Amino acid sequence: MRQLRIDMTKCNYGRDCNHECEADCATKVFKVDDPALAALHIRDHGDGTGHAILCDQCGDCVVVCPAEALKRNKLGVVMINKKLCVGCYMCIGFCEKEAFERNPDWVEPYKCTACGICVKACPHAALEIVEVPEPAARII
Amino acid sequence: MSHLESSTPIVRCEVDFTKRTEYHEGLEAIRAAHKLLAEATFTPSLPDKGYTNRTLYVNVGTREIMEKPVTRQMKDIFLGGRGFGLWYLWNAVTPATRWNDPENEIIIGPGPVSGTTQYAGSGKSLVVTLSPQTDIPVDSNVGGYFGPLLKFSGFDALELQGKADQDVILFIDGRKGVIRIEAAPMEPVDSHVLAEVLTRMYAENDEDRVNISVVSTGAGAEHSLIGMLNFSWWDPRRGCVRLKQAGRGGIGTVFRDKRIRALVCRGPVVKGGLNNPVDPETIAKTGIKFHKEMRTNDDSQCKMRRNGTAHIVEIMDAYDLLPTHNFQYGSHPDTHKIASPVWQARCTQETVDGCWYGCSMACAKGADGLVLKTGPYKGHMVTVDGPEYENAAGLGSNGGVFDPDYLLELNFYCDTYGVCTITWGTLTAFVMECYQRGILNLERTGGLDLTWGNAEADLEMMHQMARGEGFGLIAGQGIHKMKAIFAEKGWGDPQLMADIGMECKGLEYSQYMSKESLAQQGGYALTNKGPQHDEAWLIFMDMVNKQLPTFEDKAEALYYFPLFRTWFGLNGFCKLPWNDVVPSDNATTSEPAKVPEHVQNYVDVFNATTGLKIDKDELIRQSAKVYNFQRIFNIRMGKGLRSFDIPPYRSVGPVTREEYASRSERYDKQMLEEIGVDPAGKSMDEKIAITREYRMKRYNSLVDAVYLRRGWTPNGVPTLARIQELGLDVFPEVVEIVKNHGG
Ligand code: SF4
Ligand code: SF4
Ligand code: SF4
Ligand code: SF4
Repeated sequence: MRQLRIDMTKCNYGRDCNHECEADCATKVFKVDDPALAALHIRDHGDGTGHAILCDQCGDCVVVCPAEALKRNKLGVVMINKKLCVGCYMCIGFCEKEAFERNPDWVEPYKCTACGICVKACPHAALEIVEVPEPAARII
Repeated sequence: MSHLESSTPIVRCEVDFTKRTEYHEGLEAIRAAHKLLAEATFTPSLPDKGYTNRTLYVNVGTREIMEKPVTRQMKDIFLGGRGFGLWYLWNAVTPATRWNDPENEIIIGPGPVSGTTQYAGSGKSLVVTLSPQTDIPVDSNVGGYFGPLLKFSGFDALELQGKADQDVILFIDGRKGVIRIEAAPMEPVDSHVLAEVLTRMYAENDEDRVNISVVSTGAGAEHSLIGMLNFSWWDPRRGCVRLKQAGRGGIGTVFRDKRIRALVCRGPVVKGGLNNPVDPETIAKTGIKFHKEMRTNDDSQCKMRRNGTAHIVEIMDAYDLLPTHNFQYGSHPDTHKIASPVWQARCTQETVDGCWYGCSMACAKGADGLVLKTGPYKGHMVTVDGPEYENAAGLGSNGGVFDPDYLLELNFYCDTYGVCTITWGTLTAFVMECYQRGILNLERTGGLDLTWGNAEADLEMMHQMARGEGFGLIAGQGIHKMKAIFAEKGWGDPQLMADIGMECKGLEYSQYMSKESLAQQGGYALTNKGPQHDEAWLIFMDMVNKQLPTFEDKAEALYYFPLFRTWFGLNGFCKLPWNDVVPSDNATTSEPAKVPEHVQNYVDVFNATTGLKIDKDELIRQSAKVYNFQRIFNIRMGKGLRSFDIPPYRSVGPVTREEYASRSERYDKQMLEEIGVDPAGKSMDEKIAITREYRMKRYNSLVDAVYLRRGWTPNGVPTLARIQELGLDVFPEVVEIVKNHGG
């Protein structure tokens, strides 16, 4: 399955990935025009450093979604079906990576789709899209 | 001591639940037989700040369909849910009305917060009617999707009155704005079939099934007084209909007496903000905080997500509180056979499994792949909704059934026949004890060998009831009536039956052995509707967490907790997410038993929905209005005074020699240290009598203290001062009732 990975030793928290995700992925994939809603978040540590929060496509959120709105696609990427989402935010609460961002206008939150746009934007080549085996379904 | 040490490792059962028996053949013929009896249109609307501001009245006898406005007074005094139900029922009936009069109503109301998808346990409906078992109002809190879908169609409550002359279905289409009463002559009777058939029939396509909810009962409700209602939802993971029950007090019996076969609601596609709350941001934040807490704490605190409420079977056993053999004992060596690891293995789909969206506590477990061994569905493979703790204990240990397959089968048939599992468990335990004591025998039961643990006889008694024949018909009358029937026939000592028949006000006890918990004795017998843990579940606090050490603590708890829990029923909340899993730092708060952070969550979510600005004290005041109103309603119907708050003695102490002997060390010690009598040299009967006198005295002192705290007279009547303080004196009849009874 497809996954976005980061090499923290290369990342300088420059946020190009974040901006590119906001500018491109958020608008193209999620069809919203709100730069605050990036699927790749930078957690600011408040001391000039921070770290990128990535979805590792583990599927925990798929198990908890009560509306069957989260599903893996053919590439193994966990996608939200907007039509089915009831905005309960259980996915947000249960994602240990904190990879979801809540959308104040939409009911559905959103997350990284492993589209890869940010990879090209990173000047330090800290990001890559990799193929990894799908994890066994987790028991909640 | 826990008996679980001997438990064996559990092997997960591999079930291909796709082989489940499905029921959609003949759908077209069933539909074609429908005849339209009445139709009305309405403009679908979403709630504003939690309220749609109108309710739906349907008289299935006269076929009148009408909208009613929700008044300011209704919101101010009754809030919603159970409050609206009691208010409409009060207006519909007189003191002379009985459960099977056409004017009796069934009111289903979700409450202003119900339907919120972001906070756990927000999908409840409250059902109110005059109970065939108790002749006073009964309220039942139920999951499933009907309540929220009703509200999102445009109605804060549904009021059903009258009696149809043939079997009818009421269909509310919240998308098209159509309400229809249809004659339904060919519908199947039992809920697991009927709900599936109707979900498929009224859904416009496969995706639409999730927007349909069916309320129905089954064959058991037709021939008994203990019928319940099943509220359905479509489970897309399992591809089948699931059921939650409005169990207590015989609401299903009233439903069938009105010849309603089912209610069907088709609501809009559910989204996050349909309640149109004033402050969605606060609701979202509070909900996410709660979900995170569940993720972090549930595994170590109670595994509710994994096992549902049945996780406490072994805890209750370990603390000697698990009702066993008709509440005689509190534990059993075979408890491990029905403990949570067993249900963990049976609930095959390991997902969050709630009865409404957004419930991260998700106790609504489904045991898949049960192949039935008896009855009309013998050989069918079914999914059983449960077992919840109440079913595991009531259908299991209380009757001595420790075979999980039989326990699930009992659970399944209670559900599909539409009878209350709690009531069935308690009444079966009673008849089984009567059988062991010779009050009943093979001849009197028509051949049913009701020895402890005989699940086949238990099931046959239930099938008989569903068929309307044999001893099952008598059992289905409930313990209160059975005691009179047996006494009339000269079977058994009436005093013994009064002591061991676990009912109060006509309602059977739910499944906690309260003998050693004074707080829970009051928690049961001082309830408005009859002994049910949803009003005051204090046994865990009292016996396990030891949070109520003094007499004053117990009286205070019996003031606060019934009011706090009442509030859930006014708003459409489930009680479980409040205190089953608690914040990590809860123990360090000033009042851990109240779970202050969660109380604040409820205040926040309520305010954020309605725009009101209540605090935790106002929350209690809101509840006190409805709670006291319900008490006065009971008095109006001829109950509600102190003499109706007296428990059967088994709830308080040991009735028989065997019971005394099972804990003689404890009782002797109590006699010496607390009563101040030396048990040495006393006969068993003397010791039983001394214990009884002491315990009943202690119980009566508790009642005095609780009444005083509640603002009631020593006879249990709310005082005029109390009702003035609560603003209930705007109703002249309320004032008159209170005055007439010395309040
Ligand atoms: S959003 Fe979170 S839970 Fe879902 S797949 Fe990504 S990391 Fe896992
Ligand atoms: S917010 Fe939407 S995607 Fe997330 S768990 Fe709820 S229904 Fe599923
Ligand atoms: S892979 Fe795509 S969706 Fe994920 S963070 Fe990068 S740009 Fe955003
Ligand atoms: S805790 Fe259980 S009963 Fe309550 S809402 Fe959640 S799933 Fe339903």
